[in-house]
Amino acid sequence: MSEPKKLAIIATKGTLDWAYPPFILASTAAALGYEVQIFFTFYGLQLLKKKLALKVSPLGNPGMPMPMAMDKWFPVLGTAIPGMEAMMTMMMKNKMKSKGVASVDELRDLCQEAEVKMVACQMTVDLFDMSTSEFIDGLEYGGAATFFEFAGESDITLYI
Amino acid sequence: MANFDTELDASGLNCPLPILRAKKSLASMQSGQVLHIIATDPGSVKDFEAFAKQTGNELMESKEEGGKFYFLIKKS
Repeated sequence: MSEPKKLAIIATKGTLDWAYPPFILASTAAALGYEVQIFFTFYGLQLLKKKLALKVSPLGNPGMPMPMAMDKWFPVLGTAIPGMEAMMTMMMKNKMKSKGVASVDELRDLCQEAEVKMVACQMTVDLFDMSTSEFIDGLEYGGAATFFEFAGESDITLYI
Repeated sequence: MANFDTELDASGLNCPLPILRAKKSLASMQSGQVLHIIATDPGSVKDFEAFAKQTGNELMESKEEGGKFYFLIKKS
């Protein structure tokens, strides 16, 4: 085969729902023979924690389907009620499990197995006073120039 | 149904797991061997076509029967 195609992704979001696109696309691209790199910056760094504690929030998210017509009973402000986030997160996780959707942990493991290269943004790690010991092994730490080194010769670049 | 060398039951799994599992199974097979995949994800029909096209492995058969999807992929 000729030179493999390359996919570069920037992952900027740290919620349970937004954890999926980067890991699904990266693992699938790897399975298709792509060389893949994900650059995690700002809230995206949450996706690299050893112990993932990702949540999904209905707050400010009118597109989120609410079970049991909850959006009728708890319009807008209701989504800000304490405990709502934890409840929606639990419901979302149960729903995903029942539909055979992989967990974020599982997809991340599959990415690592497939040698998807993961780069954590050093600047944001410092900004948030995060410790590299909180993160999974096998990461690289770098900045914008590191991203462009790979992205500049990529066939596809996605900002998520 | 033609003969196959390895079988993968991806029933109950959703995108992208059937593809990822298939890729893993193919990796441990030899060129020319055939993988039989069973899936329940309706999206897998288009996805296995796309997978075969991009990886060069041949999709020999794709069919639906009783709400399940069956694929035969020959490793290139």
